Amino acid sequence: MIEGARWRRWVFFYLPLTAFVVSLLFPFYWMIVTAVRPDNELYRPWNAPNYAPFWTLHPTLEHVRDLLNDTLFGTWMLNTMLISLAATAISLFCGLLAGYALARLKFPFAGSIGTGIFITYLVPQTLLFIPLSDIIRNFHLGDSPWALILTYPTFLIPFCTWLMMGYFKSIPKELEECARIDGAPRWKAMLYIIFPVAIPGILSAGIFAFTLSWNEFIYALVFLSSPEQKTVPVGVTSELVRGDVFYWGELMAGALLGSIPVAFVYSFFVEYYVSGITGSVKG
Amino acid sequence: MALLSDASSGIAAGTARRGPITRLLEDERRLGIALLAPTVILLVLFIAYPFVKGVELAVTDTRVGVPGPYVGLDNFVHVWQDGIFRVAVWNTCLYTLVTTIFKTILGLWLALLLNRSFRGKAFMRAFILLPFIIPTVLSTFAWKWMFDPTFSVINWVILHLGLMSAKLVALTVSAVVNFPHFSQIAIDADLAPLFGSGRINWLGDPTLAMIAVIIVNVWRGVPFYAISLLAGLQTISPELHEAAAIDGAGPWQRFRHVTWPLLLPVTMVIVLFSVIQTFADFQLVYVLTGGGPANATQLFATYAYQIGIGTGLLSQGATISLAVFPVLLFVVIVQLLYIRRVETT
Repeated sequence: MIEGARWRRWVFFYLPLTAFVVSLLFPFYWMIVTAVRPDNELYRPWNAPNYAPFWTLHPTLEHVRDLLNDTLFGTWMLNTMLISLAATAISLFCGLLAGYALARLKFPFAGSIGTGIFITYLVPQTLLFIPLSDIIRNFHLGDSPWALILTYPTFLIPFCTWLMMGYFKSIPKELEECARIDGAPRWKAMLYIIFPVAIPGILSAGIFAFTLSWNEFIYALVFLSSPEQKTVPVGVTSELVRGDVFYWGELMAGALLGSIPVAFVYSFFVEYYVSGITGSVKG
Repeated sequence: MALLSDASSGIAAGTARRGPITRLLEDERRLGIALLAPTVILLVLFIAYPFVKGVELAVTDTRVGVPGPYVGLDNFVHVWQDGIFRVAVWNTCLYTLVTTIFKTILGLWLALLLNRSFRGKAFMRAFILLPFIIPTVLSTFAWKWMFDPTFSVINWVILHLGLMSAKLVALTVSAVVNFPHFSQIAIDADLAPLFGSGRINWLGDPTLAMIAVIIVNVWRGVPFYAISLLAGLQTISPELHEAAAIDGAGPWQRFRHVTWPLLLPVTMVIVLFSVIQTFADFQLVYVLTGGGPANATQLFATYAYQIGIGTGLLSQGATISLAVFPVLLFVVIVQLLYIRRVETT
């Protein structure tokens, strides 16, 4: 694709690409360096002489140890994991059924329900968190994981439905019709013939839903109050910053460890994740 | 194979004996309703009901735990007269506009770079998406630390790059001036005052704080734009480019007349999603600046949070949130109309 002299290739391709990669990944590198840097090196002014900011010669796990021993970080991880998995499972279940119904079945109001779900897809969480906090309080769900397990699906289901609908539409109708001719009832054809074929789509939707739940912040911030109920993003924000004091080493260690589950899931299913993004955009 | 045989045995069992539920679900309408029921129940309970509740809150005077009397549109009048609210509206619009422009341009550029074939492409693509998948709050903390006034690595880089280029200039000048008796003069001492203490207080200065917030948002958004646009680019047949090249079109012309028109519909959808998310952004600003300094980075969502949850004035907070709605609706309708027009022509 790249024509011309070698310098052109450098100027128009390697240089900009390197600049992109470096600036996109530098904050993560910085997170790692800060997490393992001892405190006396961390809080040395940046314009001090002989200052080597980009690496450390005395890596330490002190911050990680403090994080795990002195804070409830482990509990937050477990909470987030539990909430994310449960919310993902509920959303996949609902999205799978709704996506199938909207893609394959003819029934009254199918169109308007589909439009309704699409509109909720466009409703950001920050629009509803205040009335929702009141409702959660009235339902006596406040400060419990259920508050999040039940509300996260509201922004995950529309996405899952939309993605699955697109996926089901790409599966040929004949596949199902064959089973139906053989006498399978409708729901069994759906369950045993169509759903297994849709597994890649389900995986994309699931990974996407999982990362979105792990990332969610405002509902968790508003609905949970006691430290042992918090999720990782909220716990890190509220418990590692006391007044004006930021425990940067612990914060970065927390940010790093808190990202690992998402990065782990992501690294195994990059292709599905990417097709999830593309699917969500193409609709 | 195991799946298939499972499936066929399941079907065989089904034909042999059909329960009443199976018979009921054979009807397309009933099955459709049954399949949609869980979704509709959850969405009505946690989206439609809160929306109604939000309107109810906005027309009453409710505080936490204290149901209030009906006050009509008083809250809206109050919010509209609130100077901070106006600042928040302006900030939100500015923030959305600027970040969207940068994300589109940089995302498109990165997508075009990634659309070429080179070694390690899949690997590169996986790494580039990291800013988008790592929880926003956590990566924003990394940025907050990078913007720290005393320990900022960004300031360090700027100072050293600045000193280096200044040194280079000074060296060249002194070399020219002192020619042919070239000597390195003591320039470091002369240069230091030029940069003051070099202490750029990123999050403490109103303008710089807005710039910082914009930088982080763009940083997080570019990978999403790039990967989505890359998917769009890959659907464009290379034959079109070849044909254009044969007709004598240069790279820029090929982009302008072949790539861009074909990419426009995808771009519009991406922008639509991104604008909605950016308009309602909360976590990034909450962590990075908390809306400060002096409301310089206050957005709709952070202000609604501050009033509604921070001070417990539920009604006013809900009013601020609701005030976003018409603006958001307007943006969405305009974009949807535009997308429809682009797609039909």
